[in-house]
Amino acid sequence: MVPSGSASPRSEVVVTLLLLAGAACAIAFIVIYAIDGLAHQTQLLGLAIGLSLGFIAAALIVTSRRLVVTEEIAEEYPEPEHPDERDAIVEVVHESGDRLTRKRLLGTAAGAAGGALGLALLAPAASLGPALETSSLYRTPWLRGRRLVDDKGRPLRADDIEASNFYTAYPEGADPGQMSAPVVVVRLAPAQLELPPERSGWAPEGLLAYSKVCTHAGCAISLYRSPLFEPVQPGPALVCPCHYSTFNPASGGAVVFGPAGRPLPQLPLAIDGRRELRAAGNFSGPVGPSWWGVRKGRPT
Amino acid sequence: MRTRPLLAGAAAFVLLAGGIAYAQPPSGIVRPTSESTRSPLELGAQLFAGNCASCHGSDAAGVTSPPQPGAGDIQGQGPSLRGVGALAADFYLRTGYMPLANAHEQPTRRRVLLTSAERRALVAYIASLSPGPGIPRPHPERGSVSEGMQLFTQHCAGCHQVVAQGGVVSGARVPPLTRVSAVEIAEAVRIGPYVMPTFSKRAISDDELDSIIAYVKSTQRPEDRGGWGIGHVGPVPEGMVAWLIAGIALVIACAIIGTRLRG
Repeated sequence: MVPSGSASPRSEVVVTLLLLAGAACAIAFIVIYAIDGLAHQTQLLGLAIGLSLGFIAAALIVTSRRLVVTEEIAEEYPEPEHPDERDAIVEVVHESGDRLTRKRLLGTAAGAAGGALGLALLAPAASLGPALETSSLYRTPWLRGRRLVDDKGRPLRADDIEASNFYTAYPEGADPGQMSAPVVVVRLAPAQLELPPERSGWAPEGLLAYSKVCTHAGCAISLYRSPLFEPVQPGPALVCPCHYSTFNPASGGAVVFGPAGRPLPQLPLAIDGRRELRAAGNFSGPVGPSWWGVRKGRPT
Repeated sequence: MRTRPLLAGAAAFVLLAGGIAYAQPPSGIVRPTSESTRSPLELGAQLFAGNCASCHGSDAAGVTSPPQPGAGDIQGQGPSLRGVGALAADFYLRTGYMPLANAHEQPTRRRVLLTSAERRALVAYIASLSPGPGIPRPHPERGSVSEGMQLFTQHCAGCHQVVAQGGVVSGARVPPLTRVSAVEIAEAVRIGPYVMPTFSKRAISDDELDSIIAYVKSTQRPEDRGGWGIGHVGPVPEGMVAWLIAGIALVIACAIIGTRLRG
């Protein structure tokens, strides 16, 4: 039996006081919680519960160091009595049994684990993209003649689009939640435009429409850089807030900065008899983030 | 020659000379003589000639490109100020954006070196050049903070961040709106300074602007419910307290508890 240690009344008193202090702080927590409208109530609550736990922890520390008696006893292992007999038994155990030795069992299990882990690590490759079925990604709700409307369904009029501002538009009658639906509409001076030759008619009176979905990771492009005085300031640009892919609306949505790998798809515009904006066709390229073979198809 | 007193003397001289040079107030503004006897328009014209004409042209028609180089044959410096009205002049002078030292850099808020009387004189002068919009009078107390939040999120938060803490755009810094006044917000929305888009009354009506200003004002004094704001640094403080203070305290406590009794 462990001999009892010397009495330590001082430590006992300390532990008791600490525990009572912890109890008092815990009760203070309840009281502070109950009082409505106390100033800095959150801070006082934190202080009360923190101190309570602290006091209890201190009490436990003092208990373990001063009140709990410990004793270290060392005992040597006895000498083996019959070393030869012991070795013989060990050898029998090693040679015994069947084909399933311990080494083989462990080896098989390790091989199974490694193989399964390798398969598991390769499995996410199946999510790399719709390698086989990509036609749905090319579909857009835009077609020739479809009107552009704002988020409340009102048609966009060419004369309402002012320079140095940017507007978001959707196809009339289509689901605005589709990724290929929203477009950004801006007005630039026609003399500023440097569109590719096949898109020369896509921007009547300098009005341009681009897909609002960034071709990098699909965020909505909500930043528009619109210089007040072009000669000394950076030119107009559509910027994505996620990774700052920057597209130049004057040159057909070309990427001028950032991680986007494809230019922003442009929607050809036309102004109808009532000066309302309509799409004059489909986008210049697929909308949204790229996938394997994205440049092989055209939007429909 | 004893080197140590020499070095001490040289150091003292350099510090004193530097101190004297910095002791003068930075002027940066060219003022006409006898300001008090001039009428506001005349004072404004003189201040314009001394401080603004090198970039904006002596007739405020701008210095854009050939065949109108500015002083020293500088090309492409400043836009025309004809027709911008008191609105733009007041905004740029009140915030200290103008005078701008280098035309190619982004204007930033700096200490205004003009006196109020000089500023008003310059604004009056620029407003007199050609008819333009006047200084707006917003009424944020008539606006709704919740509607302002929706409008701000829709039009402004992309660049200015949803509680107006600012950010960046490719090629420009977007300033936080923590110290702007209602008039400055109203002016900036209508001007679209630097690379900010312009929002006309058709895009954001005056009532909607009042709501947006009410919202921005509310972000300047957020209610810190239930905790310390800690300067609104963000989610940093919780992690900082946990890792740098509590973590270290706990490790020290464990070390103390685990110290073996010696002997």
